[in-house]
Amino acid sequence: MAHAQQQSFWSRYVFSTDHKIIGLQYLFTGMFMGLVGSFLAYVFRMQLAFPGEPVPLFGVVTPLHYNALVTNHGAIMIFWVAMPILIAGLGNYLIPLMIGCDDMVFPRLNRLSYQIFFLSTVVILVSLFVPGGGFGGAWTAYPPLSASAQYNHTPWGAPLWLIAVALEFVAFLLGGINFVTTVMNARAPGMGPMQIPIFVWMVVIASIVFMASVGPLVAGAIMLLFDQLLGTHFYDPKAGGDPILWQHLFWFFGHPEVYVVLLPALGIVAEVITVFSRKKLFAYKTILYTAFATGIISFFVWAHHQFVAGIDPRMAHLFTITTLIISVPIAEMTFAFIATLYGGSIELRTPMLWALAFIAEFLVGGVTGIFLGANATDIYLHDSYFVVAHFHYTFFPIAIIAGFAALTYWFPKMFGRHMNETLGKIHFWGTIIPFNFIFLPLFVLGAAGEHRRIYSYEHFSQLFTPGLQNLRVLATVALVVMLLFQFVFLYNFIRSLFAGEKAEENPWKANTLEWLAPSPPPHGNFAEMPTVYRGPYEYSVPGRPLDYWPQHLPN
Amino acid sequence: MSAEASEATRHPNYVRVYLTLLVLFAISVLGPLLGHPWVTLVTAFGVAAVKATMVAAYFMHLNIERRYIWYLLLTMLAFMGLLFAGVAPDVLSQGGQNWRHVRPAQSAAPHH
Amino acid sequence: MSASHASEFPVPLASRRSATGIPTGRLALWWVLASEIVIFGGLLASYIMFRLHHPHWADEASHTNIWAGGFNTFVLLTSSLFAVLGHQAAEQGDGAKAARFLRLTVVGGLVFLGVKAVEWRGEISHGFTIYRDLFWTFYYTATGLHGLHVLVGMIVLWLVAGDAARGRNLHRVELIGIYWHFVDAVWIFLFPLFYIAR
Repeated sequence: MAHAQQQSFWSRYVFSTDHKIIGLQYLFTGMFMGLVGSFLAYVFRMQLAFPGEPVPLFGVVTPLHYNALVTNHGAIMIFWVAMPILIAGLGNYLIPLMIGCDDMVFPRLNRLSYQIFFLSTVVILVSLFVPGGGFGGAWTAYPPLSASAQYNHTPWGAPLWLIAVALEFVAFLLGGINFVTTVMNARAPGMGPMQIPIFVWMVVIASIVFMASVGPLVAGAIMLLFDQLLGTHFYDPKAGGDPILWQHLFWFFGHPEVYVVLLPALGIVAEVITVFSRKKLFAYKTILYTAFATGIISFFVWAHHQFVAGIDPRMAHLFTITTLIISVPIAEMTFAFIATLYGGSIELRTPMLWALAFIAEFLVGGVTGIFLGANATDIYLHDSYFVVAHFHYTFFPIAIIAGFAALTYWFPKMFGRHMNETLGKIHFWGTIIPFNFIFLPLFVLGAAGEHRRIYSYEHFSQLFTPGLQNLRVLATVALVVMLLFQFVFLYNFIRSLFAGEKAEENPWKANTLEWLAPSPPPHGNFAEMPTVYRGPYEYSVPGRPLDYWPQHLPN
Repeated sequence: MSAEASEATRHPNYVRVYLTLLVLFAISVLGPLLGHPWVTLVTAFGVAAVKATMVAAYFMHLNIERRYIWYLLLTMLAFMGLLFAGVAPDVLSQGGQNWRHVRPAQSAAPHH
Repeated sequence: MSASHASEFPVPLASRRSATGIPTGRLALWWVLASEIVIFGGLLASYIMFRLHHPHWADEASHTNIWAGGFNTFVLLTSSLFAVLGHQAAEQGDGAKAARFLRLTVVGGLVFLGVKAVEWRGEISHGFTIYRDLFWTFYYTATGLHGLHVLVGMIVLWLVAGDAARGRNLHRVELIGIYWHFVDAVWIFLFPLFYIAR
């Protein structure tokens, strides 16, 4: 470990095989792409509120711009923000620390995974600037629109977009195999399956769900790429193909993907709320089993995205039932979290605020999902802003709220310094309040029948509801306010990196193993490899002088 | 790796497995020559399943691997069965699709 | 085995732990194969649906060369035998013998790809191109994806054989063997799907 000091900048930070550096690479790339994705959202929301007006920092939005902005906002936020931050970034950084070992089992595979991911990031960014502009066929890329440049007008953008997504899948397959193998084989002595922190379990289940669901879409992406580049007819009905097939292959992955990012977010919330309520996690095993159940049931619900695509109505009924069933395990987990909070000594630090906000906001997303999961109501609400509001009430808590909970909670461990608490709370309220003002109006707009993916309602008098224009402006103004508050976070983050108050090893008095390592952990993580003696959530155990009982302390 | 040495004694005779596979291969080629669809189904796909299981069990050593690796691989296959069951009603038959009224006589016409 | 590694790359403690009792490399390989099953599974499930939906595909399938496909099945089965015999040799610590068997496996892969090239050439020259019908699109996509796996397997087999000949990383002989058998097993299904059933 002494030779780590002599490494050059390049081998230490760029071509490192250390899981912490790779985790931070993923994290910073994800945060950067978060800024890109937010900027795209800002541009098209401005266009919707003030159609035809030049947008500051962008200019006049053309229809092709608009489609590319919406498409890449969706794709970037899911594949280049939620996935790298929640799974690859935090997973890489925390899994070896939380299970008490020195690195991932395949460090060089891990580095390759990031390099492929980085390449995919470059490709998606380049695809926005090629002749014809970025791909505009929505993040779901339904053929025939996506399959033929004749329809989508993006001969370069569409294939590059698809290649970027495919590279991203490869990166996460490599990463997922590494995560699962590491947790299965490299746990500290004494750490049985029921002593693994919930966050680690969630990343493992998410990786397995990802691995099992993405295969058909990889095959489907090869077929779509052939349609785009070679001119084959996999999805062309006039030559015997079937565009519905793509929808099935896409959503067979696309819906489990929701749970792939949701489960790690729930894991983060579980870690944070136990520490800041000083109570044992309520029903560890129930949470674990419901997470498994969620992962399995998530494979049975995909066609609820296709109720209006002309699928077999008998199948639509089946998928309605399974979709409503999946809310049961998720509700169960939410109840377990509320039961954990009940009677705890709650301390409202910034990470705890984010975790509580997650539960509250995700609840709205979950409850509105019932209307979309049931085929009868979905046929009315489909492709309206109600859908947009619904999935932002799920994905925003997942990717952004849980992401901030994790960043603020593990910041002292990652960088050895504290973030400023006051600025953190200003940022929290400055994000949560505008967030609701963006998306609550969209529920109203959607219920009033407003279609999504429309460049300018002035072009479609039947779809235009002038009386609701104020709500569109309200949503856009709230978005701008929310984005401005993110500068508070950026300032706080960067300032705290260099000038924050020094953090000791275990500032939150938490039990899990990562808090045993120095802050920040050196190469190799632990001075002495820990042994585990108990589960991760032994807080306020009666008869003990301290209200926490770290996993590595002998009885 | 002393554990592997004891496993080695349990290894099958690979050449015998190989010869069995060749016999099965011959059946899978010859069966369809009879021209009966059910015979083809059994000799081509039934035999393929047996062959793949033999390769997995004896060549990939799943017979001496932890049991849950079987479960893992079979779960993945089961998910593919699920995909097929969910997608086939739409791609395979257009019976539930009602945006276009097709008369029975037309739908029986050959493709193209 | 860790001694020979140490000079090249410091193997972390994590890689040497085995809480499940399955060596880490092999455990990861099973997950790789699990993810491969769903990739081929998605493609073949799509193919089977279309196949059942389009009765005329049986006529198209009758133009595939059953003898070329059959010979290739035989070649892959034989190369699988070499791979598993190489594994047996590696288990007994005989790296040179393992390397010989692995190189024979590579020859099997070469023959397979050679036959495939001749076969494709004949089909394309007779007008059975990827554009002729969706059956042929699936045929070239599925056998092409499988051929890509054969090619990757051959390259890795060659590298592992080079290591094994010097007595290094003998545990990898088993791993690449398992992968090769998987590629063989995929072909076992491709053969009836595209050649026999007509």
